[in-house]
Amino acid sequence: MDYVWDFGSVYEYRAALYVGLINTLRVFVICLVAGLSLGLAIGLARYSTRRWMRWPAACFIEFFRNTPVLVQIFWFYFAFPILAPFEISALMAAALGITLNSAAFSAEIFRGGIQSIDPGQWEAGRAIGMRYNEIMRRIILPQAIRRMMPALTNRGIEIFKMTTLASAIAYADLLHQARLIASVNYNPIEAYTVVAVAFFVILYPIVRVTYVLERRMAKGD
Amino acid sequence: MSTEPILTIRGLQKSFAENHVLRGIDLDVNKGDCIAILGASGSGKSTFLRCLNFMEIPTDGEVTYGGKAIGTARPGKPRHYPEAELTKVRQKVGMVFQQFNLFPHMTVLGNVTEGLRTVQGMDKASAETRGMEELTRVGLAEKAHEYPSRLSGGQKQRVAIARALALAPDVMLFDEPTSALDPELVGEVLNVIRGIADEGRTMLLVTHEVGFAYHVANRVIFMADGIIQEEGPPEQVLKSPQNSRTQAFLARHKQFEF
Repeated sequence: MDYVWDFGSVYEYRAALYVGLINTLRVFVICLVAGLSLGLAIGLARYSTRRWMRWPAACFIEFFRNTPVLVQIFWFYFAFPILAPFEISALMAAALGITLNSAAFSAEIFRGGIQSIDPGQWEAGRAIGMRYNEIMRRIILPQAIRRMMPALTNRGIEIFKMTTLASAIAYADLLHQARLIASVNYNPIEAYTVVAVAFFVILYPIVRVTYVLERRMAKGD
Repeated sequence: MSTEPILTIRGLQKSFAENHVLRGIDLDVNKGDCIAILGASGSGKSTFLRCLNFMEIPTDGEVTYGGKAIGTARPGKPRHYPEAELTKVRQKVGMVFQQFNLFPHMTVLGNVTEGLRTVQGMDKASAETRGMEELTRVGLAEKAHEYPSRLSGGQKQRVAIARALALAPDVMLFDEPTSALDPELVGEVLNVIRGIADEGRTMLLVTHEVGFAYHVANRVIFMADGIIQEEGPPEQVLKSPQNSRTQAFLARHKQFEF
């Protein structure tokens, strides 16, 4: 192999990559916050004793879990404007697709985590006169979230990597910018290597922090 | 006593699907009563106790607390028990479970003050003062800032008792409070329960500790097949039982010592 690596030509376009990085982080933060919050709400509905709440939640979860995110993003971007009387930006389409998909997956994590808590905890809460919402907020969720941390960390990682799908509808994320640079300089290997390294460099420290958090939250167990 | 009973139970029934666990229970609980409920497993004694603070919702019958029937009757349908009403009753009818059910993510003091803070909205300082009183009563004041995982089974159960007492309930329900404990830890928990009984607090206690029932209770109930088979002072029920089921049960518990 006598390939000559040329990272200089990527470095030249660092401003474009920087824009891409910011856009990637933007999608990530939106989807992480919205996806997990919506996931919690749907997970609670899925666990509800009321059938009219359980049913729609179950349908939502199964629909978004069993269809590809990329197809959802395409659908929101291309089909939505035909059905609804307004345009939708690439950011919105991507964020919507990834958020709904993450909500479906994290709803299952929340439901599983909540159901894993010993029913005796509910009884103890009820026995001192607590209401359903108080028990959920004060007793069940704090314990469940501890148990769910590893799974939620995984979900966060997945969401971050899924943001690259936004490039498919020409959203100017990190991958999209790298593709532009590659097409100008004919250096796809270097451009995509930089993308991979950037993802790793950002994700790995975050993951380390969640390990520390997990360990700190384990106290008292 | 001329005063009205604190709890009146009439025609109480409970079914789980096809399983008819309680088949009609009538009982008056007077202020200051310490009632021990005995019976083989499957006799319905725990279910009966759990119906009194509505951990289980009765299928039929009526529980009257402080002169007021709990829930609202509906023609042709089972009684309706609104959550708001039950949360009020449960603050006045405390319960201690076989498995302790302490909140593992809270300190001992946090466990004891949770009801005061969240349910009764008491401020932190007052709740902690109140919580420390109850922890002192069960002899665990020095463990206030430990997590439950650091305690022995007996200590956990004493914290659970303090947690229930913190709300100053009128009636305490003990559901086999020593059954999950190693034998050497049973004594410390029974001592605490005896102390509470001696203060004159009304309590119902499901237990296998026949000797304890004999010494502490003023009334003993023997249950089998979902009904009360025999009821009376401990002397009578435990020493000269009239019912053949009671006699058979006590014969199997020969090892108890009065």
